[in-house]
Amino acid sequence: MCPGGKKMNLPQVVQYCFAGITVGSIYAIVAIGFNIIYNTTGIINFAQGEFLIVGAMTAISLNHFVPLPVAILLAVVITTLLGGLIELVFIRRAQNASVLHLIVITIGISILMREAMLHIWDEKVRSLPYFTGTGVSTITIFGAHISPQVLWVLGVSAVIVMGLTPFFRFTLTGRAMRACADDRMAARLCGINDKWMVTLSFMLSAGIGALAGCVISPVTQTQYDMGAPLAIKGFTVAILGGLGNSMAAVVAGLLLGLVETFVMSQFDVAYKEAVSIVILLLILVFRPSGLFGKHEITAMRAV
Amino acid sequence: MRKQLVKVTGILVLAIVIAISGIVKAADEPTIKVGAIFAVTGGASNLGAPEAKTAEMLVEKINKEGGVKGHKVELIVKDSGSKPENAISLAKQLIEEDKVLAIIGPSTSGETMAIKNICQEGNTILLSCAAAEDIVNPVASYVFKTPQKDSDAVRRIFQVMKAKGITKIGVITSNDGFGIAGGKQLAKLADLAGITIAISEAYDKQETDLTGILTKVKGKDVNAVVNWSIVPAQSMVAKNMKQIGLDVPLFQSHGYGNIKYVQQGGEAANGTIFPCGRLLIAELLPDSNPQKALLMGYKKDYESRYKEDASTFGGHAYDAILILVEGVKKADSIDRDKVRDAIENLKGLVGTAGIFNFSSSDHNGLGMDAFEIFTVKDGKFAIYK
Amino acid sequence: MTQFRRYIPVIAVIAAVVVLQVVLSATHATYYMTQITMSAYYALVVIGLCLLMGYAGQVSLGHAGFFAIGGYTTAVLTTLNLLPYRDTPLVKLCSSLGLIFQRQDIYGADILSFSPWVAFVAALLLAVIIAFLIGLPVIRLKGHYLAMATLGFGLIIYRIVLGGSIFGQADGISNIPPFMILDGLQVNGRVPYRVMNYYIAWSVVAAAMVLAINLVGSRIGRALRSIHENEEAAHSLGVDTYRYKLFIFVLSALFAAVGGVLLTHYNGSIGPSEVTVMKSVRYLVIVAVGGMANLWGALFMGIILNFLSLRGVFGSYDDAVFAIILIVIMLFAPQGLLRMPRLPALWHGLQAREDTAKPVPSEVEGMAVPQKQSGGSNG
Repeated sequence: MCPGGKKMNLPQVVQYCFAGITVGSIYAIVAIGFNIIYNTTGIINFAQGEFLIVGAMTAISLNHFVPLPVAILLAVVITTLLGGLIELVFIRRAQNASVLHLIVITIGISILMREAMLHIWDEKVRSLPYFTGTGVSTITIFGAHISPQVLWVLGVSAVIVMGLTPFFRFTLTGRAMRACADDRMAARLCGINDKWMVTLSFMLSAGIGALAGCVISPVTQTQYDMGAPLAIKGFTVAILGGLGNSMAAVVAGLLLGLVETFVMSQFDVAYKEAVSIVILLLILVFRPSGLFGKHEITAMRAV
Repeated sequence: MRKQLVKVTGILVLAIVIAISGIVKAADEPTIKVGAIFAVTGGASNLGAPEAKTAEMLVEKINKEGGVKGHKVELIVKDSGSKPENAISLAKQLIEEDKVLAIIGPSTSGETMAIKNICQEGNTILLSCAAAEDIVNPVASYVFKTPQKDSDAVRRIFQVMKAKGITKIGVITSNDGFGIAGGKQLAKLADLAGITIAISEAYDKQETDLTGILTKVKGKDVNAVVNWSIVPAQSMVAKNMKQIGLDVPLFQSHGYGNIKYVQQGGEAANGTIFPCGRLLIAELLPDSNPQKALLMGYKKDYESRYKEDASTFGGHAYDAILILVEGVKKADSIDRDKVRDAIENLKGLVGTAGIFNFSSSDHNGLGMDAFEIFTVKDGKFAIYK
Repeated sequence: MTQFRRYIPVIAVIAAVVVLQVVLSATHATYYMTQITMSAYYALVVIGLCLLMGYAGQVSLGHAGFFAIGGYTTAVLTTLNLLPYRDTPLVKLCSSLGLIFQRQDIYGADILSFSPWVAFVAALLLAVIIAFLIGLPVIRLKGHYLAMATLGFGLIIYRIVLGGSIFGQADGISNIPPFMILDGLQVNGRVPYRVMNYYIAWSVVAAAMVLAINLVGSRIGRALRSIHENEEAAHSLGVDTYRYKLFIFVLSALFAAVGGVLLTHYNGSIGPSEVTVMKSVRYLVIVAVGGMANLWGALFMGIILNFLSLRGVFGSYDDAVFAIILIVIMLFAPQGLLRMPRLPALWHGLQAREDTAKPVPSEVEGMAVPQKQSGGSNG
């Protein structure tokens, strides 16, 4: 296929931007969830994607009985509890295991959750209704259109980040959680109940994941096996921004979305998927602390 | 004396019991063993799950009504997980260990091509539920397929386009077997139909949003868009098109055959045009239509048993079993070769996907008339006029 | 004489293999050989991964990628029809060198393709080169960064074979001809060749095991173990850790590629399903269950789990079974099932985890250090 038509007019460029922002916002909101657990334990939770899907599926099922906002709220609560349960059952036991060990366990948890969802909800695709408007409502800017739901995704992401950043920086609990990641033993010596901090981090990640899943559901639709692809994009973006930094994750997410979309506009759409993987590999090799991270990251070089 | 009497009586009783059970056993008709390989889990579970459910439901029904010529049908369903290497192992098991008469499925073209030679060499009938034309072209004597031809679906779509004066189209497909195959047929047949394909792209099956790719299509000033995929993208396309203001007719493939996709698409789905088997609007068919009774029966049974909408995919498994059963009846035997010959000569067999007419050169048996052109009106399927 | 002793298990396994074959043939149950042969080829990947994870302490979440490189290379080369190009000088040259030959494909049409031997060598070369190039930057990474990089590698290979039309895209490549090793000896999945292929597969596995055992007992093996126990100490003693790890990475890729080539010819087809993340995770689960640094455990578990999985014993719960096994092993027996500490010691270990006087193992790499885990005693 010859390279896509040269972007000739403003509406088209803006439209591509909006498309990039749409997917980018999805990546961003998934990435935020990774950072909470990472900030507390140093673990990258591969099951984060599944939290999104569980949240969305639960909300969709509940929506048959209660109005949408209630359904979402209940779904978030249920998923939060689920996150805590998972931590108690699986992670807590593996106390002195290495971080890598725990990451592998989260891979196992991710697969189990996916299979459980298949058997509870079956393989069909579902989605939540649009929060405002319908599937065809759009907002027009500069001749290009964007769905209001995307603004919801961005809005919710912004609210979460605005809540998390001061939480981790200024509140006692937030700082206690960060202390655990830095040095567990020292944190414990300071009287921090590190075990519960870890549980709390999982609960928080799960709840935020559920909320994210609900807000992206009208756009992406929800199917039992969407967790893993979302998670892969999510942690690519989290690493790209710099692990642990939620604001950077949002920026990185939007950036990746835009890059992917522009690559796709000029070349074969098939290359779009390769973009994120190549970026991941490049970042890992050349700048694992991410675009906005500090350089004191656990030493990259193996002696 | 008494002891000996007891012993002899005991032995006699035992002998009689054995003899009776022997007679009873001999009176038992051998069962017809049918194997099935479906992608019940994995990437193609949208296809395999309804296929497995349909197959089980139909076999139960057949057995309840007395089986086929007195033989009960034993269905052995295996889950390939959408993996060809598993399909290979399972096919060999079914052929050599279970010694099945035929294998129904698999659900995807990749899996079918992987086991095509195995079944052919194992002299086992294969009734595939996958769509690729390669499956029956070149023809292998034991291998058949039940879904309609992609090329026929494409021809019907082009017919409608010509009538509407559409000349320039944009094609987007998913990157799975179904989508790629459809894309190829569209490219192959476009020139003949006088249609220009201005752009043809394949997106990832699990794409989260299609506005980007549709923007690219919009930039080509097309008169219509063709989307060839199965879920979840099918529902997304309509919405995304309306969202970016791409107000041209949307054509979907025959994979659009489930009302759920329309529901997901909401009001954007209205006006979509697509070819499909008649299962979807069975109730709108005139009573004189030869398929109506079968379709209504299948729909009712499936929906009441599984509490979900029937889809055309499940229908492919239904047709496969139907064909096999008719083959056995016609051959009056459960010998593999005799049944195979019988199947090859079946004509006018009414199935869910259409009316089958097999021959030694046509192991699919369906033509363009297997399709009806549908559209979506007010959130429901309607026949396109 | 100690040299010889370590090969005793190899001889024992070979003997068991022969006995099994005799039994299966006698009871007319040779069909089991299908799944056993397939599992044996998958086991090659596992053996290589065991060396990488258990001895060199590197995790790889993308090893299925090397399997795919091997399999797809041979698939493409042996099915590519060069007939339309038969008059170009390059094709003529290859033909005269005996690299290409004319044959009939399954449907009787003429086809001019590369000989499987050429494809085999090409596949291995490609795997080695790619492993080397990937390994160069990636081996330096630690812990989860290494895991993600290997995951990324697996994903790239997946995307390439899924997207490239030369690779058959989603349907993969089928109608792959058998691999003619010598006159009369061929890798072929068809029934008449079943017993032959059973032995071919096991011969390759035996060779791989001998190679691996040799390696572990050699200077390189000792160097690896020292790296695994304490990398900084090893480095300070002059061990070139980087070079050894890279070597093992490339070697494990080679093993995987060989498995890929042979299984592809055995099955007669290959598809993108061989290179998904789930496949890579399966290999990892098998190595973890068998015991990170336990070659025999890995082989044994590889055969058993794949055998059961291929026969559909786990039904629709296949992935879930592997996930559960992974979690259970990671939580309760990180050294693997065959090295599980005795039960009371295990319980003790779970409780005593926090207050131990033993040094905490270097956590930045590898998942379990053989013989040195804080907590309970173990074998």
